[in-house]
Amino acid sequence: MIHRQSHIGIITLTFIAAFALSLIPLPHWAGSFRPAFVLMVLVYWCIALPNSVNISVGWIVGFITDIMVGTLLGQHALAFAIVAFLAVKLHQQIRVYPLWQQALSVFTLVALAQLLVVWVLGIIGQSPNSWLYWMPSFTSALIWPWTYMLMRDLQRKFGVT
Amino acid sequence: MLATLSVGLMVADHKQHYLDVVRSTLSIFLYPLEYAVDLPFSAGSWVGENMSSRETLLENNALLKTKNEFLQAQMQKYVSLELENLRLRELLEASKRVPDRVLAAELFALDFDPFSHKVLINKGQRHEVYLGQPVIDAYGVFGQTVAITPLTTSVMLITDPNHALPVQFNRTGLRSIATGTGSLGSLDLQYIPNNADIREGDLVVTSGLGGIYPKGYPVAKITRFEQDPTQPYARVQAEPLAQLDRSREVLLVWTQSSIDEDVAP
Repeated sequence: MIHRQSHIGIITLTFIAAFALSLIPLPHWAGSFRPAFVLMVLVYWCIALPNSVNISVGWIVGFITDIMVGTLLGQHALAFAIVAFLAVKLHQQIRVYPLWQQALSVFTLVALAQLLVVWVLGIIGQSPNSWLYWMPSFTSALIWPWTYMLMRDLQRKFGVT
Repeated sequence: MLATLSVGLMVADHKQHYLDVVRSTLSIFLYPLEYAVDLPFSAGSWVGENMSSRETLLENNALLKTKNEFLQAQMQKYVSLELENLRLRELLEASKRVPDRVLAAELFALDFDPFSHKVLINKGQRHEVYLGQPVIDAYGVFGQTVAITPLTTSVMLITDPNHALPVQFNRTGLRSIATGTGSLGSLDLQYIPNNADIREGDLVVTSGLGGIYPKGYPVAKITRFEQDPTQPYARVQAEPLAQLDRSREVLLVWTQSSIDEDVAP
């Protein structure tokens, strides 16, 4: 039981770190290149622990994002839940991919989440007016190998299984 | 199931304002995180202030003193002008213009979304901030409040693509609407006829027509005026005077009308 609680602690901590990273101010030009840290952490846990991190965790994390960013409640929640669903569904394949191929999957997942968000933004008439909107998909895929290794080391160190 | 819930939530949030309470309650839990991310930056400036040598402090102090004297000298002129204005208005039996109440607030060093220009400030419901309240900095109009929690408020900058601001040219009195472009350095001025008398460097101030911003605060300087006979309106661009990306202190303004509204019911 104690063992399980420490898992929840580690998973929560990584999510908090990801939220903090997505809030840290960057120079103005770099703002649109910020990787989707929260989404990457979510995808990692979905692949690594599909039994404990699943769609509902994705939904909750997305909901927190909605509150933080000030978008419509449910907008990121929906996108993140769908990404979590796909990641859990495909976790056995993604796990055995080489890192660069994993990065491609992450690109697809992040792009899908962004697409869902931009649809909603379009419906309420606030669509972003720049192609730079899609940059997080690319930058997330670029730094995925390092994120993956860091998260794996964390997971092993704290014995989260 | 979750998908239906999300869609339901989105619709409810968009159409009605039932969920404002939920949002502001839940965002209290995010306050520690926001505070923690901002901490290194405010600590950095605090350390910088405390470590600066005595000479720099003295130098700064002298500089501020001269500046203060200069501003006070200007203020004297302004006070007499204001009194004169009041007398003239009384003669004309026009309504009196009363100075607005202000409150200083500090920005959190946080980035939310590079495409909507919003910032978070450290004053909220507890300080009687209201929705749609104008925010200015030392140089010009900054933005308006869009979401309020007990301790923080998010402010939409005037350069947000979804922001529009009724303005007036200080020199000619021509009215227009300044809309955000999504880039911090420029505003678009809409519905200006091709034959308008506009020069580069013209000052644009708030016209007070929208009912949100009080009249007469400086907004921007004209940087480009392009006449195109094939288009119904001229293309006019302006540069905001407020230091949207550098200010750390801003002022919340209570306009006279908003105070009256509070008293009336």
